[in-house]
Amino acid sequence: MTVGNSTQPKLRVSGATKVYNTRSGDLLAIDRCSLDIMPGEIVSIVGPSGCGKTTLLWSMSGLHGLSAGQVLLDGKQITGPNPEIGMVFQEANLLPWRNLDSNIHFPFEIKGTKPDRVWIDELLNRVGMEGFGGRYPRELSGGMQQRAALVRALSYKPSVLLMDEPFGALDAFTREEMNRLVEEIWLDTHTTIVLITHSIEEAIFLSDRIVVMSPRPGRVANIHTVPFPRPRSLEIMSTKEVFDLTNAIKLEIVGTQQSRFAQGTPPAAKAAE
Amino acid sequence: MSDTDAIPEFKKAGGGAGDVGITNMSAFTAGPGIKSMSEVFAILLVAVVIIGGTELLLNIFQVPQYVLPKPSEIGKALVTEFPLIAPHLGHTLVELIAGFAIGASIGLILAGVITQFPFVEKIVTPYILLLVTTPMLALVPLLILRFGFGYEPRIIAVALAAGPMVMINAATGFRRVDRGKIALARSYGASTLQIFWKVRAPMALPMIFVGLMVGSIFGLLTAVGAEMVGGGFGLGNRLTSYSSMIQMPQFFAVVLILSILGILIYVLFFLLGKKYASWEA
Repeated sequence: MTVGNSTQPKLRVSGATKVYNTRSGDLLAIDRCSLDIMPGEIVSIVGPSGCGKTTLLWSMSGLHGLSAGQVLLDGKQITGPNPEIGMVFQEANLLPWRNLDSNIHFPFEIKGTKPDRVWIDELLNRVGMEGFGGRYPRELSGGMQQRAALVRALSYKPSVLLMDEPFGALDAFTREEMNRLVEEIWLDTHTTIVLITHSIEEAIFLSDRIVVMSPRPGRVANIHTVPFPRPRSLEIMSTKEVFDLTNAIKLEIVGTQQSRFAQGTPPAAKAAE
Repeated sequence: MSDTDAIPEFKKAGGGAGDVGITNMSAFTAGPGIKSMSEVFAILLVAVVIIGGTELLLNIFQVPQYVLPKPSEIGKALVTEFPLIAPHLGHTLVELIAGFAIGASIGLILAGVITQFPFVEKIVTPYILLLVTTPMLALVPLLILRFGFGYEPRIIAVALAAGPMVMINAATGFRRVDRGKIALARSYGASTLQIFWKVRAPMALPMIFVGLMVGSIFGLLTAVGAEMVGGGFGLGNRLTSYSSMIQMPQFFAVVLILSILGILIYVLFFLLGKKYASWEA
């Protein structure tokens, strides 16, 4: 691994194109997406629903291949799941038949390695969930489940964290709390983070850069740099600059959305999401 | 199940999109929900009323014993005849356990293998359905011709009755693909085999228990039926024998034993399901 080379992107997406072969014909989900993500950077991806954000993220994780183009992690092409990459999914995605400890040990079980209990306990402590190891997912609130999922993803110290609408199912307050938690963890670890979100506020709060995608086929429509210093306090988040940036991004997403409904959404649209 | 009733709001947040709308654990969850002593008392009270009422009515209307024996006579027969019936109960249990073990194992393995190959599954499923819907009892005379009056035809019949039932339920379980959870395992580099044992199998477990329960009850029906068709031993054989001799109290004593056996099987799988698959309920 080439570490510390600040000129080399951590993740490089170049010309990523994905075509799904659905029953109703081929579906171009993402089209020639290119994006460089630097080490230690937090990048959010926003865009209208069905624009291929998840497809792009899954390609970065190696969970599925691309029809054209490639994804490079530290200069090496990603061809499958990679131990350097941690995934946090929509909803917590905990295994309901395992208790919390067992859920967090799951990645280690798959990899056949010994869980790093010291680090895991530190993480659990940080997210305020020490002592919950014996609980089952159904006994935890949505926010707690998602915090556990975050611990699970960070437990094996990935250098990249990919998050797919991680807090979409949470209420607004829990969501803000989770955002602060991610910021805190990032300030500690400087893990490179790519996250998909529907909340522009969340994107601005967390990100160094925000990638706006066009409606399907998803292309990189615009990239905004978020200039605000960290940690981003409530005062910063309520400034006019943040307000203006929010509106600019919203306009980019909503402005392009009109035509989408005019042609109707084919049933296959879900698959592209 | 009672212990999960307390926190419904968490259940909703947690279960999520993964739980496909199958009536997965219905056999367990919709079943006994006995919560308190007063409910147990009420259930016992109903039994006393029914048994006492029957006894009373049969006495009042002087119903002859060969039409319907009094509960007290059945109870007496159960006690006095039990030493004679017990060996037959043993035979039936041997057939049931052996046949069920064979049938359920084959059914489980087939379900696990076949669901890995959707094409094969599509081809095989109609035939499995045929096996499920055909009463295997119909084959017993044929099996007796081939294997004689011993255990073999009965064990085969039980296996044939239970196996497909276990298989079709287990297959439904294995087919419950939760893409999110499989993607999760794959993101850690899980192999197909790991995904099967660590995601698909645990996820299928509730349905497997339903299959085992239904399969074993079907097995019991078939064992008793097969014993009634031919051969000189087993509880089914006792039923035909007692009824032909118009020994009605003994006949009903055997029926009672069969009911208790059925209930015990149900309770066994209910408890197993509760222990190993209650996360879903």
